[in-house]
Formats: sequence, structure tokens, C-alpha cells
Amino acid sequence: MEKEFTLSPPSTPITPPANEMESARERKRTSIRKIRRREITLAYACLAPSLLLFGAFLFYPLLKSVYLSLFLTDPQGRVAEFVGFGNFKDILSSDMFYKSFGNTLMFMLLTVPTGIAAALFFAALTHNKLTGMKIFRFIFSLPMAVSVGTGSMIWMILYHPTLGMLNYMLSLAGLGPVQWLTDPKWAMISIAIMTVWMNLGFNYILMLSGIQGVSEDIYDSARIDGSGPLRTFFRITMPLISPTLFFTLVVSIIGAFQAFGQINILTKGGPMNSTNVIVYNIYQDAFINFRFGIGSAQALILFVIILTLTLLQFKFVERRVHYQ
Amino acid sequence: MSLRLLPKSFIYLLLLVGALAVAFPLLYTLSTSLMTEAESAVYPPPLLPETINLANFLKVIETIPVLRFIANSAIVSCAIMIGQVLTSALAAYAFAFLRFPGKTLLFSLFLATMMVPWEVIMIPNYLTIRSLNWLDSYQGLIVPFLATAFGTFLLRQTFLSLPKELFEAARVDGCGHVRTFLSMVLPLSVPGLATLGVYSFLNNWNMYLWPLLTTNREEMRTVQIGIGMLQFEEMNSWNLILSGVLLMLLPSLLLLALGLKPLVRGITAGALKG
Repeated sequence: MEKEFTLSPPSTPITPPANEMESARERKRTSIRKIRRREITLAYACLAPSLLLFGAFLFYPLLKSVYLSLFLTDPQGRVAEFVGFGNFKDILSSDMFYKSFGNTLMFMLLTVPTGIAAALFFAALTHNKLTGMKIFRFIFSLPMAVSVGTGSMIWMILYHPTLGMLNYMLSLAGLGPVQWLTDPKWAMISIAIMTVWMNLGFNYILMLSGIQGVSEDIYDSARIDGSGPLRTFFRITMPLISPTLFFTLVVSIIGAFQAFGQINILTKGGPMNSTNVIVYNIYQDAFINFRFGIGSAQALILFVIILTLTLLQFKFVERRVHYQ
Repeated sequence: MSLRLLPKSFIYLLLLVGALAVAFPLLYTLSTSLMTEAESAVYPPPLLPETINLANFLKVIETIPVLRFIANSAIVSCAIMIGQVLTSALAAYAFAFLRFPGKTLLFSLFLATMMVPWEVIMIPNYLTIRSLNWLDSYQGLIVPFLATAFGTFLLRQTFLSLPKELFEAARVDGCGHVRTFLSMVLPLSVPGLATLGVYSFLNNWNMYLWPLLTTNREEMRTVQIGIGMLQFEEMNSWNLILSGVLLMLLPSLLLLALGLKPLVRGITAGALKG
């Protein structure tokens, strides 16, 4: 720019000649183009790490799952024989699949509503300015630090049929012992109790942060209008945190369909397959019996089930969600 | 909260009962881990140890490589946490501040990855890791998890909530994207980064199925898998099992105590305020 001015002779008018203006505009245009191009390059460079990783460990395996599901494989994971939809037909005509699907649904019904209700209850109780709330908030989020491995070990001991704490407490209450993990009628309930406890921390944190997002003024005006605690809770708080509730519902249902660790540690799918859920079934097919093809086909069926459930929730439940 | 309109004493009563029920399994773990073997085996089970007995912790460390498991989990969880924060901060910056062709498409692609359950890609990923000879290795435990769509969304929301005027002023002053990112966006987004960090660490620390599939050698096991060893080595000494459990719980308990605030504040921000 500076060069331009020093070069121009003193007699030239203030507006530079047309061709020079044109070239300046041209230069400006190319420099803008250059900046744009640099921005685009930068954007792709920023996205590259994530995209490469997703490509290698998400999109490629997704396609490979579809591919594997159409074949029988040898124990090394190499495709052996093309069977088309044979794997899917086998799965959809096996009693075990329906049993594990039913178990998964039962597990979902036992854990999701109770888990959300408990978290919501504790979040509502701890949302106030009373002394000691910090401690209570910490206690209710504690299970977030408990993993499926540690949690299962603790509950395995609590559930011990003869020496366990839970049966001892039942005996204090005058009730007979329960075979928590070995009675087919109780095993799924026991797994569900443990799971609700384990997930409480995360659900509680979600609920608390949802409730904290509601403006204080609303509660004040509700109180002035003479609204009682329960009425305020159901008529005002619940609708206002419905986005959080909906999010928690979707995430919990997906999570329920993916439960595996506690089942692998506590019951191994038994007794009498009463806790054999879909993911446990996939694990057994693929990594115990090394039938990767049929395992992949089952995983894809699980994918379709989860996707359908999620879409259904967005279609029918989200309507009732009140976004601000 | 509306429930504050209830009498105080009633709220405290409910809280105490609830807290006791939620904390009971952990209190029981703590109490039993301090008992002698004889105490932990009697029936009816005692609630508290007679004397505080720390020998269990030493014994469990001698019996199984607990410290090695904790170190493995810590290495893997920290590496994934740092990686996820880095990759998602970069991607989030691109989605929040840069204009480029294909942005909407790529953004929906990121969104779509959240819909894929891990189990669907687990089998091919296992085969990939095996063909790379990464079984029983740190990279096998770490690399598949380094990118996260959830983290990208969370940080994108954080970045978008920063004051726009600031960046316009910086641009006028000739501040390039790299400097804006490093010296403005990242420092201003520390709460969001902390939320993602805590969330990611706890999730990775708790990972179960993947380490179960990809590690066989004892020295590569993480806490979650290693804990199963307690079951076989010391089936009848609950005091030892539970002191091992407690040792393995400590790191994540500590992190939760430090990171509860950013978690509560930030976790729904990314997910809900689209």
C-alpha cells in the first residue's frame, strides 16, 4: 500500500486512475480469498483429528459390522461363508433372542422410571439454602464415582444369601431370606436395584442442574400466589425442567439397553437366563463362542431397536416438553 | 425449590433417610474394610469394626497388584481425557467460529455418531485392534476413544456463549485464529473444559467392556477388570475384598469431590441448550 503512494507522481489526482483502482480491488479480492481459503484450511485442520478417529473407530467399524453380519466367520474373525440375511433369520427365529429382548425390556422398565424418580426426588429435596446442603448434594452424587466393577463387588457381598447384610436386615424385619442372585424370580430385580443405585449419581447431577436452571422469581411468585409445595412442584417445576427430564429419559433408556458389566459380574446371565440381556447375548456369541458374524447381526438389531425407541421418544414424548 | 415450603425438620428427616440409604453400600464398604477377617465373617454381620485395622490395605496390595491396576486406569483415563478435551476443543472451535463448506453436513455427522451404540462397533474395533497387535497395550485402550461428539457439542455450546464483541475486537486488532483460540477462547472456557474433563475421566475410569475384551495379561488390567481378581483370590475374606474395592474407588471419589461443581453447572448446558 505504502509503495503505491510513494510511486505515484505528485501531479496525479487524488483518485487513482481506473486501472490502478481495479488492480487494488483485485488485490483486495485475492487477499480476501486467501483469508477465506486459510480459514477453510484451518477449519478442516481443526476437524481432522476428530474426523480421522471417527473414521477409523466409528464409521469404518459400522460398515464392517454390516459386512460381517452377512457372513459366517472363523474364530479368527475372517469371513468364511456368505450367508446373506441368514444370521438375521437365525436370530429372529431363536427363542433366546426374544428371551433376552424381553429381559432387556424388563430391565429398562425396572430401572428407568425408578431411577429418574429417585434422582428427581433427591434433587428437589436438596435445592434450597438450608445448612448442610453441600454435604447432602455430595452424598447423592457419590454413586457417580462408583463404577460397574466396584459397584458389583459391593452388591455381590450385600446380596450374599446366608451372610449378607440385606438378608440380615430382612431377618430383623421378620422376613425370610431372599435368594437375591440365584432365584430366577429375584435376579433381575436385584440387578435393577443395584443399577438404580449406581446410576443415581449421574441422574441426580442432571436433575439438580436442571432445577438450578429455573429462575428463583418463579418460585417467589408461586408462593405469593399461595401455591403449595406439591402443586408448585408438579405444575411449575416439572414443566420447566421437562427438557432435562426428556434428556435423562432418552439417555437412560439407551443406557438400559447397553447394560452389561453388572450382569457379567453378578449373574453371568443366569439363573436360567433370567438376566440374559441383549448385550450379554452379543458378548457371548462374539467373544465366548467366537461367532463374530452372528454377534454383529445382533448388534445391528440392537442398534435398530435403540434408534427406533429414540425416534419414537422424539416424536411422541418431546411434544410434551416445554422448551423456554 | 418448591419443596422448601415444607417444614425444615421434615426436609432434614427425608434427606437423612435418603442419604443413609444411598451411602449405605459405601459406608458398609468402608466399615468392613477396617475389620479383621474374623469380624467380617461373623453372623449377624457387625456394623462397625471393633478397632480400626489398616492391615487389610497392605495385605490386599501384597495379594493382587492393586496399585498397578490403579496406575493403568489412571494412565488410560488421563490420556483419554486430555485427548478428548484437545480433539473436541479443536472441532468445537471450527464449528463455533469458522466458516467452511460442508459445515452443516459435518455437524450432523458428528451428531449421528452419538446415536451409534458402542456395542455395534465393538466387534470390528476388537478385530482392528487385534490386527494392529494392540491387544494388551495402552494404545489399544486409549486410541479408539480419543474423539467424542458429546464433548464437541458441550464445548461448542460453551464457546458460543462467550461474548462475541470480544472476538470482533480481537480480529480488528489483527489477532489471528490460532492466537484467539489459545489466548482467549480456551482461558475463557475453563469451566466448560473442566466439566468435560471430569465427565470424561469418570467415564473412562469406569469403562468395563472394552478393557475386558482387549486385555489379558495381568499387568495390563485396569481397575474395573482387576477387581474381579479379588473374587477368586480372596473369596471368603470380605474385609480384604472390600478394602481392595475402597482403594480402587478412592481416585474417582477424590475427583468427584473436586469436580462436582463444574459437573452440576455444565453437564446439561451442552446437551440441552441447543
